[in-house]
Amino acid sequence: MELNVLWFGIIAALFVGYFVLDGFDFGVGMSLPFLGKDDVDRRVLINTIGPVWDLNETWVIVAGASLFAAFPEWYATMFSGFYLVLLIILLALIARGVSFEYRHQRPERVWKQRFDAMIVVGSALPAFLWGVVFANIVRGVALDANHDYIGTVFDLFSPYAVLGGVTTLLLFFTHGVLFVALKTEGEMRRRARTLAFRAGIPTVLVAAVFLVWTSLAFGSIPTALLAAVAALALVASVVANLRGWEGWAFGLMAATIGFAVLALFASLFPDVMPASNNPMNSLTIDNASSTPYTLEVMSWTALFAMPVILLYQGWSYWVFRKRVTRSSIEAAAH
Amino acid sequence: MNEWLDPLLLSRWQFGLTTIYHFLFVPLTIGLSLTVALFQTAWVRTGKAQYLQLTHFFGKILLINFAMGVVTGIVQEFQFGLNWSDYSRFVGDVFGAPLAFEGIVAFFLEATFIGLWIFGWNKLPRLVHLGTIWAVALGSAASAYFIIAANSFQQNPIAYRINEEKGRAELTDIGELLTNPITLAAYPHTIFACFMVSAGLIISVASWHLYRNQNLDTMRPALKFGLWMMVIAGIGTTLMGDQLSLAMVAAQPMKMAAAEALYTTATGADASFSLFTLGTPDGVHELFSIRVPYLLSVLSTHSFDGTVEGINNLQAQYEQLYGAGDYTPIIWVTYWSFRWMIALGVLHIIVALAGLFVTRKGRLPANKWIWRAAIWSFPLSLLAMVVGWVFTEMGRQPWLVFGLLKTEDGVSPSVTGLEVLISLLAFTLIYGSLAVVEFKLILKAAQAGPEDTAEHDAETGDVTHRVTVY
Repeated sequence: MELNVLWFGIIAALFVGYFVLDGFDFGVGMSLPFLGKDDVDRRVLINTIGPVWDLNETWVIVAGASLFAAFPEWYATMFSGFYLVLLIILLALIARGVSFEYRHQRPERVWKQRFDAMIVVGSALPAFLWGVVFANIVRGVALDANHDYIGTVFDLFSPYAVLGGVTTLLLFFTHGVLFVALKTEGEMRRRARTLAFRAGIPTVLVAAVFLVWTSLAFGSIPTALLAAVAALALVASVVANLRGWEGWAFGLMAATIGFAVLALFASLFPDVMPASNNPMNSLTIDNASSTPYTLEVMSWTALFAMPVILLYQGWSYWVFRKRVTRSSIEAAAH
Repeated sequence: MNEWLDPLLLSRWQFGLTTIYHFLFVPLTIGLSLTVALFQTAWVRTGKAQYLQLTHFFGKILLINFAMGVVTGIVQEFQFGLNWSDYSRFVGDVFGAPLAFEGIVAFFLEATFIGLWIFGWNKLPRLVHLGTIWAVALGSAASAYFIIAANSFQQNPIAYRINEEKGRAELTDIGELLTNPITLAAYPHTIFACFMVSAGLIISVASWHLYRNQNLDTMRPALKFGLWMMVIAGIGTTLMGDQLSLAMVAAQPMKMAAAEALYTTATGADASFSLFTLGTPDGVHELFSIRVPYLLSVLSTHSFDGTVEGINNLQAQYEQLYGAGDYTPIIWVTYWSFRWMIALGVLHIIVALAGLFVTRKGRLPANKWIWRAAIWSFPLSLLAMVVGWVFTEMGRQPWLVFGLLKTEDGVSPSVTGLEVLISLLAFTLIYGSLAVVEFKLILKAAQAGPEDTAEHDAETGDVTHRVTVY
């Protein structure tokens, strides 16, 4: 196998990791107004992701840096082309990240409300806009011969791209609520299950339309197969939630997001950024990639480091496996 | 085009501001994680309550600071592609690898173990928990190595060949890239400087409390620790800065000439170092200066009869090599940033040595102005760090990668001036307001002083920590 094919796969895997992990962080953040009745509730919600949001978010840093190293042309075109959209994602991630750390620093209600709002908006915007970004990559954007984006920011909000954004928004929302059900007790746990069901229905409908559209317009047989697995996992997740199998419901939702991301990457291959105006200007795994030597160096690093990383991140989730309760929050220091 | 909407100029301002801002938080993450690890180790070994209190106290400041470092770091990782896409295309094959290593090897470690440390107090065995903060310290120190290795390629490009067809630099030897002579000097120089900033914070905080004669049992050992850390890190920064000058003279002679505003090549006693200069605003004509003969020769070559090349000579050489153009950095920026960096660094070492003298054998000076002066340690050490980076990066101009790619050729062609103006304003606004919040929170945590956060079981001797939650 050529190393650039391997790295196309690794980039896909890193984005799967990012969306599966930070996806439920976004969902928990967005669920604050729906599930958090009082301050203790909201603290319970935030503390379900407290020890892990930071490491989840690091996946996007690693994905971005790996993209830079393995496919510099792809990184350059994508990040400069989607300039304002990525700017909003960055600002949202900044606002959200500091809010987790700052909201508990002072007791005043106004102080907390302000940071709660920043957590909600800071979670919803990236959840929506990442879908817009990847739908645009799949659909293709106008590129010149230097592979530079030649459209405007408004061209990035086509119906297909907006549908992609709504799909990731809903998927991450439900994913986060299922995580809350898995990680809390009592009243909160019940409310989360009910909300996951209510959110699950529109999620299934919107995601189905998006996946079918992707498969028909931009995909091939592998895309359709991966999309079908994602759709099945999504339905199964909703059913598992109804049955009260919280672990299964959450795991199946993670699989849904993972397979949906893989379906998008499969529809791209062997392009990485198709040009909608002229196929000659498309970026492919060949004309966008680094040299075999650089890819080889990176491959050895990934080969040795990734198992260790997965091991200690898994261990971190194991350490914090216990459910977060109201009493544990009330007993703790601020 | 409207000159206010020049994407190049705006992109440079944005990169400069966001990077300086990011690097306000990085030194504390690097230095305080080590500090906290040392205090916690002292507690585990001795069981003394004051070490545990210091661990929690500086740990709290570390955490307030940590989140800012993480989220502003994502901007750093993205903005090569956002604003400098032609640069990314040109260097990606070389520059991308250390950046990816930084993420894979260092950031994952840091981000995972900081979570385990914050929330793991009553969940992990004592030694395992101690290991988590050491992992954070290791991860943050390792991240600096990779980013400085990447930056060193811009200062002194090595281990590459140019692919004319693709119009880019390609990596030929990863080992050579990661052992760039600039990296080998700049990394310890920067790490020691990070420890100086943290020492500055510790000295400031401890002095603030001792000035008020409060929290003596914790703040006295803290002050002593901070002063020693400042002296040791200060000496390390100086020695490594000296090594870096030598490497810099070899790789970028123009930077050293610009640091001294030396227009004509000088040898021996003429290669003097000016402590202070009054000149015409463009820096070309000197009105008055205080000079130390030989010093520039010694700094640049480690000998009294060395020759230091001047700006005019280098400019002529570069025109021969690279064609017509201006190859001189902005002299007043390089001249003054270089001086402020050195002056502040030396000042900190002197203040710390004086501090060790006046507090010898447990004395606490009653003289209030000593404490008031010491409180300035933290902001001034941060300022030294900032001007040091300004010197390094502005001294590289007009190059983005020295000798290979000019800054003006690296900017994103597809991003308009208006878009960069929007992002520059947005970053300025959000970074500015967060700086205010951050500063107030750190001040509040620092002034509150250490608390007793552990309950000791008299019968079993077990310690239960008041856990932190969000």
